[in-house]
Amino acid sequence: MAATPRQNPRMLQFKLVLLGESAVGKSSLVLRFVKDQFDDYRESTIGAAFLTQTVSLDPQTTVKFEIWDTAGQERYKSLAPMYYRNANCAVVVYDITQPSSLDKAKAWIRELQRQADPNIIIALAGNKADLASTRRAIPTEEAEKYAAEENLLFLETSAKNSLNVSELFTMIARKLPLEQGSDSQRGGGRGGSSLVSPGGGGQPGRGGVDLRGGQQQQSQDACNC
Amino acid sequence: MDETYDAIILGTGVTECVLSALLSIQGKKILHMDANSWYGGECASLNLTQLYNKFRPGQEPPTDIGRDRDYAIDLIPKFMMANGELTKMLVHTDVTRYLEFKQIAASYVYRDGKIAKVPSTEMEAVRSPLMGLFEKRRAKKFFEFLQNWNDQDPATHQGLDLDSVSMEKVFAHFGLEPGTRDFIGHAMALHLDDSFMQRPARETYERIILYTSSMARYGKSPYIYPLYGLGELPQGFARLSAIYGGTYMLDKQIDEIVVNAETGAFEGVRSGDEVAKASMVIGDPSYFRKGVNGKDKVRETAKVVRAICILKHPIPNTDNSDSVQLIIPQNQVGRKHDIYIAEVSGNHNVCAKDIYIAQVSTIVETDKPELELRPGLDLLGPIYDKFVTVSSLEEPIDSGRDDKIFITRSYDATSHFETVVEDIHDVWARVTGGEKLVLKKREDGEGAQIQG
Repeated sequence: MAATPRQNPRMLQFKLVLLGESAVGKSSLVLRFVKDQFDDYRESTIGAAFLTQTVSLDPQTTVKFEIWDTAGQERYKSLAPMYYRNANCAVVVYDITQPSSLDKAKAWIRELQRQADPNIIIALAGNKADLASTRRAIPTEEAEKYAAEENLLFLETSAKNSLNVSELFTMIARKLPLEQGSDSQRGGGRGGSSLVSPGGGGQPGRGGVDLRGGQQQQSQDACNC
Repeated sequence: MDETYDAIILGTGVTECVLSALLSIQGKKILHMDANSWYGGECASLNLTQLYNKFRPGQEPPTDIGRDRDYAIDLIPKFMMANGELTKMLVHTDVTRYLEFKQIAASYVYRDGKIAKVPSTEMEAVRSPLMGLFEKRRAKKFFEFLQNWNDQDPATHQGLDLDSVSMEKVFAHFGLEPGTRDFIGHAMALHLDDSFMQRPARETYERIILYTSSMARYGKSPYIYPLYGLGELPQGFARLSAIYGGTYMLDKQIDEIVVNAETGAFEGVRSGDEVAKASMVIGDPSYFRKGVNGKDKVRETAKVVRAICILKHPIPNTDNSDSVQLIIPQNQVGRKHDIYIAEVSGNHNVCAKDIYIAQVSTIVETDKPELELRPGLDLLGPIYDKFVTVSSLEEPIDSGRDDKIFITRSYDATSHFETVVEDIHDVWARVTGGEKLVLKKREDGEGAQIQG
């Protein structure tokens, strides 16, 4: 069957930030989503600038998440404003077995509502749902009610047995304003409002400059030796 | 924080954050603290609330110039040279991934009571209103000489040895007028005073080449600037450090630098009743002003006066540029140090739309520092509000080799980050006992991999 010419498939890039108390499983959720792995004794996050993973919404549309981990900077009131900057979406994680972790999640959500882009999509994730039958401390209804009041997406997840992990990210992808995503074929490493020029060189996009592209150009015309 | 680290770093200025990142990447266990609740130390960018808290405690910020969160006002005025060392460091460490940059729209210089664009090529020199017809020809020859210079080819040297002949002699060789020497030496080579004239010409040659190659890179000016303000630079390097395991604590009172009673060697840092131990400390001068163990650790080399000015219009006579660097060479206004004006605007996400932030600064020469800024302030037109500060430029008294207390330098009065990178290299050599800092390219691909 001859395919009728349709619009080119598009890959749209969005910046997603993770927030939540230490040890609720922020990195584990991402590791499950990006690499489908889980490690019972994961150390605190080391060495990850950010990871990327794609979600296909339809044959024509793929969402590429650029996922930023806190790198531990949330621990002592030290998360830099840069972290939220231009974030299109956030996953705020709590641990269903730790009552205090939901309070902490609520504090992060208030912080996002104050600091981040007003249109940011926020998802609340109650992680460690595999322990629901034995160690649950926060009833699903409680978090669900809060999420509804604050207009958040909500799911209980398990990075360990992968319950609802890809569902969570797909749910976010469906809610994203796709017209605002930057075209990842062209964009650089940053989410949201990418200003870098395609393919390097000196032609800036909307007045932005790409240092890396320029570097290659520079090597060609370096003559001051 | 009651733990033992390889190094404790005090202050989150860009110098300290780069060193923190470099050490973390090497696998060192780092504790990085700042007494302020924000990143950046002396080179932070503040929102209006923070700015008013700092300069006018108790006074509410104005409500008629946009939202608080739209502001990121730099405490020091600096731009990055597009081809400079800090740019290379950002590219090498991949910190560029966290930042976006924009060109500064134009580079201006003051001459004979007027301002004009700085010419950076022989073609621009020919068109520049800065020089008369005959001077243009001489300047063209001078720029051609610089562009064609080749160390290996004596035919390009015109009998001048850059390593022994003074810059003054080189200018004289081409018969350049004093005013032309002013703008070349101060607005292109970016010297702060005239001492360069007597030194070998090589240094000035290299600075002019840095200027022209930076200019050639993106076209409008040799300068680039991070969106959301200079404070993004330390934040970017701090994130890199954290990614490699560095621990960050802001808003942390530093009460004591603890040293060994007998040897005087660094042992740790006390905050309240907690003590963090480490084999060395690196910090900005503000943490060592009280001295350590009865010994002075930093000295003042000069004072710099800066006026942060909020404007509702671009600087007059700059072609409505959204950002400029404007240099008033010392001789033009009878001073010994240049006056710098750095302007950015809403287009750089550092203030509300249609607002312009101009910083006027110079090295203090008299006991009325604010008055010294007058020639600069007079070029700005009506000023909506102005914050004037005088701060000390400080440097460490000793290398820190014996007591393992390594102190960085204050951010100087230069208009760019080149000397900051020199300081990073210097501290690195002191910390490592003489190793040269060689940047290794981080692996490519989508960020670094997670290491379990």
